[in-house]
Amino acid sequence: MALDDRKSDFTFVGTRPNRPDGLDKVTGRAKFGADAYAPGMLHGAILRSPHAHARIVKIDASKAEAHKDVKAVVTRADFADVPFKPGLEGEFYNVLENVMAGEKALYDGHAVAAVAATSALAARDALKLIEVEYEVLPHVTDVDKAMAPDAPVIREGAADYSVPEGMHPNVVRYHESGHGDLEAGFAEADLIIEDSFVTEATHQGYIEPHACLAILGNDGKGELWCTTQGHWIAQKTCAALLGIETSQLRVTASEIGGGFGGKTTVFIEPVALALSRKANRPVKLVMTRSEVFRATGPTSSASMDVKIGMKKDGTISAAQGIFRLQGGAFPGAPGDMTAMCAFAPYNLTNVKQIGYDVMANRPKQAAYRAPGAPMGAFAVESVIDELCNKLGLDPVEVRLKNAAHEGTKASYGPTYERIGLVETLEAAKAHPHYSAPLKPGQGRGISCGFWFNHGGETSVSLALSEDGSAQVMVGTPDIGGSRASMALMAAEVLGIPYENIRVTIADTATLGYNDVSHGSRVTYASGLATIKAARHAVEKLCERAAAKWGIPVDAVKWENGCAVPSGPNAGDFDPMPLADITADMGRTGGPISGHFEATPEGAGVSFGTHIVDAEVDPETGKTSVTRYTVIQDAGKAIHPTYVEGQYQGGAAQGIGWALNEEYIYGEDGRLQNSIFLDYRIPVASDLPMIDTVIVEVPNPGHPFGVRGVGETGIVPPLAAIANAVSNAAGVRMKRLPMSPPRILAALKDNG
Amino acid sequence: MKKFHVTTTVNGDAVEYLCDPRETLLDCLRDKLNLTGAKEGCGTGDCGACSVTVDGRLVCSCLMLGVEAEGKQIETVEGIADGDILHPLQKKMIEYAALQCGICTPGILVAAKSLLEKNPNPTEEETRYWLAGNLCRCTGYDKIIRAVMDTAAEMREAS
Amino acid sequence: MDYHSPASFAEASALAANATGITRFLAGGTDVLVQLRSELVTPDTLIDIKKINGVRDITRNADGSWTLGIAATGAEMSEHPELGRDWPGVVEAMDLIGSTQVQGRATPTGNLCNGSPAADSVPAMVAAGVTVTVTGRDGTREVAVEDIPTGPGKTSLAKGELISAVNIPARGENGGDAYLRFIPRTEMDIAVVGVGVNLRLDGDTITEARVSLGAVAPTVLLVEDCAKAIIGSTLDDASMEALAAAASAACNPIDDKRGTIAFRTEVAGVLAKRAAKIAYARAKGEDA
Repeated sequence: MALDDRKSDFTFVGTRPNRPDGLDKVTGRAKFGADAYAPGMLHGAILRSPHAHARIVKIDASKAEAHKDVKAVVTRADFADVPFKPGLEGEFYNVLENVMAGEKALYDGHAVAAVAATSALAARDALKLIEVEYEVLPHVTDVDKAMAPDAPVIREGAADYSVPEGMHPNVVRYHESGHGDLEAGFAEADLIIEDSFVTEATHQGYIEPHACLAILGNDGKGELWCTTQGHWIAQKTCAALLGIETSQLRVTASEIGGGFGGKTTVFIEPVALALSRKANRPVKLVMTRSEVFRATGPTSSASMDVKIGMKKDGTISAAQGIFRLQGGAFPGAPGDMTAMCAFAPYNLTNVKQIGYDVMANRPKQAAYRAPGAPMGAFAVESVIDELCNKLGLDPVEVRLKNAAHEGTKASYGPTYERIGLVETLEAAKAHPHYSAPLKPGQGRGISCGFWFNHGGETSVSLALSEDGSAQVMVGTPDIGGSRASMALMAAEVLGIPYENIRVTIADTATLGYNDVSHGSRVTYASGLATIKAARHAVEKLCERAAAKWGIPVDAVKWENGCAVPSGPNAGDFDPMPLADITADMGRTGGPISGHFEATPEGAGVSFGTHIVDAEVDPETGKTSVTRYTVIQDAGKAIHPTYVEGQYQGGAAQGIGWALNEEYIYGEDGRLQNSIFLDYRIPVASDLPMIDTVIVEVPNPGHPFGVRGVGETGIVPPLAAIANAVSNAAGVRMKRLPMSPPRILAALKDNG
Repeated sequence: MKKFHVTTTVNGDAVEYLCDPRETLLDCLRDKLNLTGAKEGCGTGDCGACSVTVDGRLVCSCLMLGVEAEGKQIETVEGIADGDILHPLQKKMIEYAALQCGICTPGILVAAKSLLEKNPNPTEEETRYWLAGNLCRCTGYDKIIRAVMDTAAEMREAS
Repeated sequence: MDYHSPASFAEASALAANATGITRFLAGGTDVLVQLRSELVTPDTLIDIKKINGVRDITRNADGSWTLGIAATGAEMSEHPELGRDWPGVVEAMDLIGSTQVQGRATPTGNLCNGSPAADSVPAMVAAGVTVTVTGRDGTREVAVEDIPTGPGKTSLAKGELISAVNIPARGENGGDAYLRFIPRTEMDIAVVGVGVNLRLDGDTITEARVSLGAVAPTVLLVEDCAKAIIGSTLDDASMEALAAAASAACNPIDDKRGTIAFRTEVAGVLAKRAAKIAYARAKGEDA
């Protein structure tokens, strides 16, 4: 048989059909995390620490346990004893510590006990009956203060081998990379700018709070329904924390109401399972919004120093950055990612970056869309903008001059294959937005952004039905329309209509392991796996056709949904459609399915360039974003409408991060703004339409050229908006969010 | 604790339930009537995912008690389609890909339907302000606003 | 929590007077339910006053004044064909609170009784000279809006007392009012600063003025110095600057998650000028 590995002209891919789950989602029948019910179900609730840092002296749950409506109370003693290891090596331990405090409560909102009762109200009431004695300890929530010599120690021995001698125990991982001779590079510069930047922690802000329904018996067998980006990681982690075998826990992913990285780990799921095991009844546990903010993972806060030298012609001669990221009371802040992404868009001779992972008394950070990258881009692209301003250079031309391309040695080490940064910059230069006149009081900003993208462990099964339709089982929860993309790719290979393919997110019992829906990997990796699984099925279809025709299988090829004879000696037969082959597959060799399991490695890095216009009220410091254009390389857009949606969503989240969103802690270490009233995500009236340009520079690592598109879109906005605001206000903004009080204060300081 | 017997009408159906006075209308819709289309995104009236109409008035069902529903006419996302015929807004939301995760979609649909009943020809600004209480974290609102405005245009032509 | 839905204010008052523990009245519920849900305040007694006859009425009286029922919502005020023509500042202030959904439930009475210094409708009502009728066990009394709040979350209402009507004065000739607030977003925030201005003209000259500030002190302020700054002027640049200075000088704000002392103090002056311009234009019968 003949199958081209690479494809460039498409029938289904690139079209914009309705998503398969559309009807369910517009009628209210789609089942999200909190929409499940089980007979005999109890409701859980979690008691949380009001202190930022405190030793738990005693927990007395006797009154709660004695209450008639309460069927179980759990504390740390009800979980497995997972061994402590330093750094991220001990991730099961870290997750256990996070889902239920051990000796100490490490942040405001840290879980200390949980109950299951006959109603949600009864469970909440029962929490008040649990008495916890705390010994309050000194706390620290700021990253720079957490690194200072006199900072309270959050946990001794958490640092891994990478941390240099002499650092505070709160510094738990260290990253350093780069190449060239910095000193020589800075000596060549005509202008050097060195500055410091700060970003606050922001939350992914998914509208659906964490929710699950858990059933676990003393026989070690369990069922878990939860809203998650990755149910296999939930399965593996919950099993470890409960001390049961992984395969005995079946996890089903609900429809997911947003994740953006924040649903890549577990919070309440192990607690619900522990309650269920103790009560021997199903337990539903749903977080309140306040719990989501206080106790699930926001992104890291960051403190950064960037120094860049530029020649008069715009050439960057040297660049260095130091990135300190605070990730809560556990290892995991992506200081390494920030460092590696910060200068990645540029072809630099001399570059060095250092990243720190720092613990503080805040909730354990979780991934948030290109974790770590937006902060670094904010610092680096702000300095580049300032260099352009000072040297009188066009910001797009300067970025083009320094842009990385195929063959560039990346700042973080590898050599780029075919990439699309230059194409996005050329598109920006040509876009009407870039040359549109600005009104008084407005400023324009641009920024580039980079994200690695990811492959990850992936399994897909595809089964054909007798009537010629196909079902595809994928294991990556659909967080933004991926079932449509999978169906389009399967349709492309099988040659049957999109509508004849049903894509299901399989549970953990019905498919092999799948990594989380993160790293912009779904359309790339599950897409690649779907294509390969479909091709596997096509091989079998060709075999059946060859047998029917009595010709060798390599004389049959697959074209437009039909087996056709191929080659000079194949003979003359009419094309045999897929449905004709599947109709009697039971008699011609049995069911026809295709499978693929692997860890694809060719994710293909991604770049974007954003253009933003902002207007600043000089009397109040209030910013409005008046125009926004996203230009990004998608490799190949499978469903262009959903690619646009990713671009727009990333930009909107970036606008929130840049202007108004922040975690605000009081002197007491408590989170001050744990509701949407004061954690201010953009509302519809805050935003303009967000224009998009899809650039397609095919990824050599994917059969159709796909690059992930989900994350890169949040990398440029912080910097692009900061540049626009700084240019509008006439003063450089170095701290996010650029809230009106900060802008007004900067304007005043600037006279 | 004393429970209250409430008789009300949801999507044209007469229903009744027993509720604790602390339970919200949203709790009652979801937990007692199994109408889980309305979502709890915040519980504080800030996200709009629980939007319903009560006697024709758009409200957050998390900001109304279950006991207050006595004798009211309540409409939820489950009542928007006419049998198997989708409301034009529902069709446009799918067509425009005006949803990614879909958790805000029920609230957006209830709110947008309420807008178009009051103002068949809203400007972009009016649409954005009307929907300001419906948070969407996925889409940046662009495709939602386009879908609502295009629906309005189509409904005006059809009438 | 006990829930009651009395049929009269007298009954409501008696219920509250005889209740033990925490009592709350339920009108629109947009504050009561948030506090209940977040377990900030779980009342022992909740008295729903929406089943009392006439509480949703918006009535223009013979003398041109207005009486609002205590359950008339922001949406109903905005939709009223005439109220907004007389008192655009009061109606717009109420309309700024929360979302469309919140507007369907929230009431100015609730906004007032919640006792927040950042309540949007309150500075507008204070500027407009609005009073409320308070019903207690001994009958009713009329109280100026500015005398209701006594501190964050606190009011001057005694046990067993509740507001039973909102009385807005007759607009009269050559008057105009306006309310502006500052929020970081375009919607859905609590005011960081709010300014209500109500004035009357004789020709081009301001003869009467009331200026009220929100979110810059423990209670909403009625600032006489602001009024003095513009009375007798034609709202020229000098009087505008005097107004802004008086507004800023009256501020006694706090630093919190919503704004800083410096920001609130500065922006109070900015908004006072902007609101005064709008009120002035309205008094002249111009579109604003």
